[in-house]
Amino acid sequence: MQWGSASEFFAMGGYGLYVWTSFIATALCMIWEVLALWRRRVAARAEQRAALLGGTDETAA
Amino acid sequence: MIWSKYSAPQVFYPLAGRLIPWFAAVAVLLMIVGLYMGFFVAPTDFQQGESYRIIFVHVPAAWMSMFLYVVMAIWAGVGMGLNARLSFMMAQAIAPTGAMFTFLALLTGAMWGKPTWGAWWVWDARLTSELILLFQYAGVMLLRTSIDDARRADRSSAVFALVGVVNVPIIYYSVQWWNTLHQGASVSMATGSKMAATMLMAMLIMTIAFWLYSIAVILARVRCVMVERESLPTWDEKPAAMSEAVEAR
Repeated sequence: MQWGSASEFFAMGGYGLYVWTSFIATALCMIWEVLALWRRRVAARAEQRAALLGGTDETAA
Repeated sequence: MIWSKYSAPQVFYPLAGRLIPWFAAVAVLLMIVGLYMGFFVAPTDFQQGESYRIIFVHVPAAWMSMFLYVVMAIWAGVGMGLNARLSFMMAQAIAPTGAMFTFLALLTGAMWGKPTWGAWWVWDARLTSELILLFQYAGVMLLRTSIDDARRADRSSAVFALVGVVNVPIIYYSVQWWNTLHQGASVSMATGSKMAATMLMAMLIMTIAFWLYSIAVILARVRCVMVERESLPTWDEKPAAMSEAVEAR
């Protein structure tokens, strides 16, 4: 362990901005991708359900 | 082992659904271990100080960006050869994740370049060819969305993906072929590793974690694509739930 304190850890030897931007950006991209996929799945299934149930929707509209 | 059995959507769809949680769980676990090793076990680099720790996301992201492109091109090729819809759907599902990792490789590379080289970006062979890879992913995805007919979209984006695969060895060997500012490989199959054992271990664990993450999200995406494109029932849904919903209507 090379960190004397928490602030030393966050400072990353003066490279904190670069190191943390890299890791946070990567984490955000991954979280965003998972959430986007989850929403896509919900939407796809909802559309499917509507298509299965309401085959007549188009003619009714 | 009859692999063609698994290519049937009715089999593949629920199988993928069952595998996703396992890949995701192991990916998260390995990321925690990898980050712990990367930040608390791996020593400070004697030349680059703490900024080198960016490699624990940069290198896995860059490797995945190239690897996923090759896998995407292989699925596209298989789709062309066998005229298999599921293969095209796999290629379609891989592209966004590959593009994301390419973007992250470029971004984290800039984060490393600024303190180390004094520049966010240089037109060096490695960086330029990786940027071209991002455009290739964008091209594959845009070509698909710009063509309405699904079969033509499959084929056009597959051809684009296959032609572009020549860029992958260019990226990989660019640091040897040209005098790049980007440093040469620290891990090589020929000469082994030039890194401290704990650094290498953290990087490899993160790479495996990114790999498993990619498998999980790609399987999740291909399931979405199957539902969207096939307009068939969601195969894992209990038939009872469907009939109940019909009755409720």
